[in-house]
Amino acid sequence: MNSNSLKISNENLKRRLNAERRFKFYGVIAISLALIFVLILFTNIISKGYSAFYRTLIEIKIEFNDKVQPEIFKQMSETEINKLDLYSFSKKNIYSNFPNIEKKSDKKKVIKLFSIEFEEEIKTYINKNKNNLGNTINLYISASDDIDQVHKGNYSRDIPEERRRVSNFQLSIYDELVGQNKVKFEFNLPFFSRGDSREAELAGLGGSLIGSFFTMIIVLLLSFPFGLFGAIYLEEFSKRNRFTDFIEININNLAAVPSIVFGLLGLGILLNTFELPRSTALVGGITLSLMTLPTIIIATRASLRSVPPSIREGALAVGASKVQTVMHHVVPLALPGSITGTIIGIARALGETAPLLLIGMVAFIVDVPSSPLDPSTSLPVQAYLWNDSAERAYEEKTSAAIIILLSFLILFNLIAVFIRRKFETKW
Amino acid sequence: MGLILLLLFISYALGSFYLGYSKSRKVRVLNEGRPISLDKYYGYYIAIWSVVPAIIIFSVISIFDGFFIKNYVLSDLYSLGIDSSEVELLFTQIENTRNGIKLFNSEDVLIVNAVSKLNYIENVFNVSLVIIILCSSSLFLLFSYRKIKIDFDAREIVEKFLLITFFVCSLVAILVTIGIIFSLLYETIRFFSQVPIFDFLFGTNWSPQRAFVTDASDTADIENAFGAIPLFSGTFLIAFIAMCVSIPIGLLTAIYMSEYAKSNVRNTAKPIIEILAGIPTVVYGFFAVITIAPFIRSMGGSIGLDVSSESALAAGLVMGIMIIPFVSSLSDDVISSVPQSLREGSYAMGATKSETIKKVIIPAALPGIIGSFLLAVSRAIGETMIVVMAAGLVANLTANPLEASTTITTQIVVILIGDQEFDSPKTMSAFALGLTLFVMTLILNFIALRVVKKYTEKYE
Repeated sequence: MNSNSLKISNENLKRRLNAERRFKFYGVIAISLALIFVLILFTNIISKGYSAFYRTLIEIKIEFNDKVQPEIFKQMSETEINKLDLYSFSKKNIYSNFPNIEKKSDKKKVIKLFSIEFEEEIKTYINKNKNNLGNTINLYISASDDIDQVHKGNYSRDIPEERRRVSNFQLSIYDELVGQNKVKFEFNLPFFSRGDSREAELAGLGGSLIGSFFTMIIVLLLSFPFGLFGAIYLEEFSKRNRFTDFIEININNLAAVPSIVFGLLGLGILLNTFELPRSTALVGGITLSLMTLPTIIIATRASLRSVPPSIREGALAVGASKVQTVMHHVVPLALPGSITGTIIGIARALGETAPLLLIGMVAFIVDVPSSPLDPSTSLPVQAYLWNDSAERAYEEKTSAAIIILLSFLILFNLIAVFIRRKFETKW
Repeated sequence: MGLILLLLFISYALGSFYLGYSKSRKVRVLNEGRPISLDKYYGYYIAIWSVVPAIIIFSVISIFDGFFIKNYVLSDLYSLGIDSSEVELLFTQIENTRNGIKLFNSEDVLIVNAVSKLNYIENVFNVSLVIIILCSSSLFLLFSYRKIKIDFDAREIVEKFLLITFFVCSLVAILVTIGIIFSLLYETIRFFSQVPIFDFLFGTNWSPQRAFVTDASDTADIENAFGAIPLFSGTFLIAFIAMCVSIPIGLLTAIYMSEYAKSNVRNTAKPIIEILAGIPTVVYGFFAVITIAPFIRSMGGSIGLDVSSESALAAGLVMGIMIIPFVSSLSDDVISSVPQSLREGSYAMGATKSETIKKVIIPAALPGIIGSFLLAVSRAIGETMIVVMAAGLVANLTANPLEASTTITTQIVVILIGDQEFDSPKTMSAFALGLTLFVMTLILNFIALRVVKKYTEKYE
């Protein structure tokens, strides 16, 4: 071999090795991109949403007068106090916390610093402490959503005043309150118990959490037994013929049908033909369970198939019937796999939004539902609804709803992994 | 009511199980021999007979009782000659009045009478339902109890019952498919009786709200309002953008995972990437609206492009991210199942790893990889929430990804969200779109599953 050809082949090899390195590098880039997407998604949503879990309170002083005396509350029951009209009393007391402000229009701006339900909050305080009320009390009441956003630092003061929802005057009062140390944060418990509201500071996840709970219970009750039994039949008892092949193709295709088509099914059959009540968790649950069914059947069949034939043969050999073999020996061994599949299917159903939009679970519902027959929304639908609201405060709430939703999904998946690790037998 | 019935059924089942069980034991003592089946099977046998027919009777009655109740309550009103279109409204008013909701005509004598009739007939129905159920289950219980003898094989019948139950459960999947096809076809056929199918498939103007405004006799306007081409083009534009993101990233990820990555990298990175598939689509939609769209807008602004706030690009990009795991995990499976001997043959010829992948493994795995692409495309076409939130709601025939464009799924949601006017071509058009979507995804899935299956069989 002369040196020239050696040189060429060396160069050739170098080129090829460079190509090799480049190709590997592309792979690394692709994976890093995918991982970065996951990271961005999570940090983005968590950083936007975590502040919804606490809320801003402002301390005010209330002075009782001749008309509204602390003594009268002692004899009254809670409902009686709640029926009292303390609106103007509360308003006057809030004004008297700001003695320098005299103009009527300014006073209106002051009242806008507080939650629209300040009267109710004062009543709640009175109810709690009705036996030891002094003549003056200091209590914290919630700030309005705009002040809440300002205090959390989500609101830029650089925006020109006419485009801001908080005026310079209100900001100066707010700054004064902060200077007097009268503004504080508190864990936002009402966020988890209240229903939806047009006022951002009152809107909570309670209604949609309960709605999602009812929906998932119905999905579980319907899809698990049908999925399990159907899979048992197909895997253990059916003879292989055209009909069972057809069922199988059917199930595989059903698993890939877009979820919105199930919404159309729910609308066309459940609502229009069977006239089930619109917007309810019942209809939502039935629709989603039809969507979850193929997932459960496929998972259960896979885990039934992985039970070794020796188990079946052993049971048959000691005289068990076919049904006894399956029910006493095969199904218990396949159950962990089936339950894992069910949990994953339910997690997917929990995050599903599109079919619920079509069966009317998107209505604006203030009351927390008390049964699956009440109109309700679900967690992802609530996020969708809040995303449509223009106010700044709803963006934080949307992210918070999504954080809750994602935590549930992570919890479900962890449970599924736990069950798989703990109970699944490897043959 | 429902809870009482449930408790009734459960206690009946438990009681009759005990009856059968103890009768079997009695037979054993009296005959000094073992009955053919185990004692518990006699219990199951009686429990099945006492509860299952009763449940069937109950379901049949409760499906039809609404119809009878309505007819009975409205029988007086029919004789007064009430228009059939008003009947529904009237009955709802009667029900509302009964439930304590005050209406403008709550004091009306007709309504008051009807309410008392409604209360009466519902009571009659409820009481008779309970009596019928109790009688029928007792009757069946008695018959089945008498059948228990020493040579009676209860197990066979119980097992047959179980098998029938399992079989019925396995039919649900077919029923769902039939339900989908039926509900979509029914409305679609009615839609095409008003709007020619040709105009729907090849028309270029989509504005269903216009068709709603004009009255139904003016067909010229209806025909022009339901041209679905802008929706198809928007759907494919967004799906195309999504595939441009997900195919390179997904495929390269799959190749790296199966050919290069060490097992510990694989075991951590793969589940993290698969998280992307488990995130609800509403989250992606929110992400697109709040982060990606403003980002693209400001990027476009900085190089002098006018990007609309709801752009196909933002929706497509986020959808592409969502689809990455669909491409990567299926391609990964396919690439991993290429036999090792092919790789070794290529190495033996002196090929580098990347040359082996490009010249041997990818061609060998190509059908399976294409199958995974097709599945991803069908996923992209059927995806709803991302496009509803981020892609725009008004039809716009354009190939410019920076403009807003709408998709099939978006229009279904836009038309059917909230209150729909019944029987209008607008509402029915959503079902026609749904059928189109269903057929498209069905064909894609069918081909993809066939291809993947054929391919994996080839190397088994």
